[in-house]
Amino acid sequence: MIHISVQTEDFNVQDEYDAVCQQNNDDGAVVFFVGRVRDLNQGDAVFSMTLEHYPGMTESALADIISEAQQRWPLNRVRVVHRVGPLQPSDQIVFVATSSPHREAAFAGAEFIMDYLKTRAPFWKKESTDKGERWVDAKDSDAKKADTW
Amino acid sequence: MNTFTLKFFARLREETKTDALEIPLGEVASLGELKEYLQKQYPHWSGFLSGKLLSAVNQQMVNDDVPLQAGDEVALFPPVTGG
Repeated sequence: MIHISVQTEDFNVQDEYDAVCQQNNDDGAVVFFVGRVRDLNQGDAVFSMTLEHYPGMTESALADIISEAQQRWPLNRVRVVHRVGPLQPSDQIVFVATSSPHREAAFAGAEFIMDYLKTRAPFWKKESTDKGERWVDAKDSDAKKADTW
Repeated sequence: MNTFTLKFFARLREETKTDALEIPLGEVASLGELKEYLQKQYPHWSGFLSGKLLSAVNQQMVNDDVPLQAGDEVALFPPVTGG
């Protein structure tokens, strides 16, 4: 069972976790990750950011990433929620949860999905900082991390 | 008319002040010919097109040269920064 949502609204971690666990007696392990907006990037104060995406492709890219993760590990449930639009420091950006009978698969699957999301899902961050507005550059370290899988 | 749609996103969309273009297949028959065509047609964009850009055809990321067909949705965008 997979769930993908690209939304402007905030999400509630308890509700997302409950959805992974509801009527799920197979999985002894649930791993989740939450990505949040920081107030500092590359040494500059970040006042706010806007997340742009490619409607349609975003959802299919996330579905492809999840499907690849499910081919590698027995992940019975995967849930990905990603926000778009204007965000402030400390706001939640992304939620990724995986569930599996055992923890190894759940940990690895969640990390894999985040690493692939960072390099393959069409989202772009634009920050408003004390030095003005700027598009965030992709990090080589993210590309290298995704290549390790 | 035999055309495909080209979409720009994020920084590239802002720099070119362009969301989308219709491009005749007679001018660009494959993804590999696209950048050269844009540079010729819009010389002032060459700086915007020179950095690393990713491509998608019909909403699937594509790394190689592929032939294009009428009605295809092609996209060019900077490396992604979500998460």
